[in-house]
Amino acid sequence: MDFLIQLLVNGISIGFLYGLAAMGFVMIFKSSSVLNFAHGELLAAGAFIFLTLVTWAKLPIFLAFVITLAGTFVLGFVIERLFLRPLIGEPLIYVIMLTVGLASIFKGLMLLIWGGNLYIYPDFLPAHLSIQMGSINIPPVYVISIVIGLLFLTLFGFFFKFSSQGIYMRSVADNQTASLSLGVNVRRVFALSWAIAALVAGMSGIILGIINGINVHDLSSVGLKVFPVVILGGLDSIGGAIVGGLIIGLLETFTGGYLSPSLRDVVPYIVLVFILLVRPYGLFGLVEIERV
Amino acid sequence: MKDNTLLQLNNISVVYSDVIQVLKGVSLLVEQNKIVSLLGSNGAGKTTTLKAISGLLKPENGKVTDGTLMYEGKEIQNSAPEDITRMGIIQVLEGRQPFKYLTIEENLRVGTATRWGKPYKKDMELIYDYFPPLVKRKKTLAGYCSGGELQMLVIGRALIAHPKLLLLDEPSLGLAPLVVKEIFKIIRRINEEQGTTIILVEQNANMALQIAHYGYVMENGKIVMEGKADELKKNPDVREFYLGMGASGLTKSYKDVKAYKRRKRWL
Ligand SMILES: Nc1ncnc2c1ncn2[C@@H]1O[C@H](COP(=O)(O)OP(=O)(O)OP(=O)(O)O)[C@@H](O)[C@H]1O
Ligand SMILES: [Mg+2]
Repeated sequence: MDFLIQLLVNGISIGFLYGLAAMGFVMIFKSSSVLNFAHGELLAAGAFIFLTLVTWAKLPIFLAFVITLAGTFVLGFVIERLFLRPLIGEPLIYVIMLTVGLASIFKGLMLLIWGGNLYIYPDFLPAHLSIQMGSINIPPVYVISIVIGLLFLTLFGFFFKFSSQGIYMRSVADNQTASLSLGVNVRRVFALSWAIAALVAGMSGIILGIINGINVHDLSSVGLKVFPVVILGGLDSIGGAIVGGLIIGLLETFTGGYLSPSLRDVVPYIVLVFILLVRPYGLFGLVEIERV
Repeated sequence: MKDNTLLQLNNISVVYSDVIQVLKGVSLLVEQNKIVSLLGSNGAGKTTTLKAISGLLKPENGKVTDGTLMYEGKEIQNSAPEDITRMGIIQVLEGRQPFKYLTIEENLRVGTATRWGKPYKKDMELIYDYFPPLVKRKKTLAGYCSGGELQMLVIGRALIAHPKLLLLDEPSLGLAPLVVKEIFKIIRRINEEQGTTIILVEQNANMALQIAHYGYVMENGKIVMEGKADELKKNPDVREFYLGMGASGLTKSYKDVKAYKRRKRWL
């Protein structure tokens, strides 16, 4: 029983990270119909920027965290400006191939700078953050990951529901021509969705780095894991991304715990194939509103 | 140019995808605070004309290749929609096009995109005042509203931007006669109370000419007739082809095909 609860907690916290990363992916897709194949590299970038700030620049943890988030935000913005914007209006396949190219470039750059080694962050999370319940011990990083996951979820919930920019972003996802006709700055919406997506990806990267260690290959392959998550959740549903993330996270930890650790990375893709066969639009895809 | 001219199209041509020429030298003049109606059959180029004004040709790969569009004394042809909307021109698209997954209230908020940070609550009140049926639906997803409610929504969404020039593309499309009547009444009220200049594209010439001050008739990418609304209403050709009445005032029903042929010759 204790083991089960332990796995449950681990699964939920990893799931939140997958979900958040997937949420960024969905945001880009919803606003501009682009599938971002460089998403894993954004995750890795976040983790490595944070690593550099903490170990090399020796900044205080909190400051390093904030700077990393700001940095990845700007990175997303710049990527959109430099690479995506010139392709607005071109066939989507070009744009998607571009993100594939970007993925290789970023990966190459990171390998060049940091190499393919496995790094670990200095142990900076205070031990008193861990939760002890009977024989169950939840390490601080899982606690942090759940807290941050919930925090960001609420934050984005409010952002999309109440802020003007959030509503404009949803309007562009809904009907781009109508948004243009009302003067919504669609290019700004694209840029903002890339920036926000890079920020959440970077943040998930940092925490996944704390859990699993930091390695270019490992972290960028998480970008691939975004696919089962969003297929499960429905490509166009932000809430679905979170639920999809939680499901994949739980599946992974339970497979690792009860079956075999070597199976754990395969399970998401088995689910992916299965879901595609049964419900191609995802479990939580938007129900198409037909009347109108 | 007269002082009270708000918009003037001088001989503009529009080409889609570099090869498909749709407008072939369209000229029209819109005076401040007036309702100008643009009539014509399917494919005449009415929507294209509106998009040339609002800048929405660009996303469809269309371009004004010839002529000028003067708005408040500035040339605006081929400007970006972001800029044109901020000068006070808002187009209400053909076929309503609400944001389906946004509530009515959120839809209206998108209408404030041209302004920065100003409070919008008062404007909402104004819109609900013009379109009372929307009040009950505030929190409903637009995708679940009726056609009439949606037409009110999209006009309201445009109105909340306080446009100087409102472009309405077939607001009567697919609506029951009573609803059309209601909406046209509101359009006239908006024009009178807000001083909004309106270009009204319609198939329903009968309704349009009742509230318009001036009218243009378009065929095949050209203006073929223009005049004061009352004069157009009396014009025998307009009566026959657009108001569905023969010269005698009797409704013609079975001669549509023939009428269509004659229209071609008449051009
Ligand atoms: N994006 C486009 N690319 C190529 N041709 C187009 C495009 N949009 C419209 N056209 C063509 O331009 C012509 C005029 O179209 P437009 O939509 O302006 O007509 P309309 O008068 O609004 O007709 P309706 O009453 O049916 O709405 C049509 O022949 C149409 O096929
Ligand atoms: Mg049209």
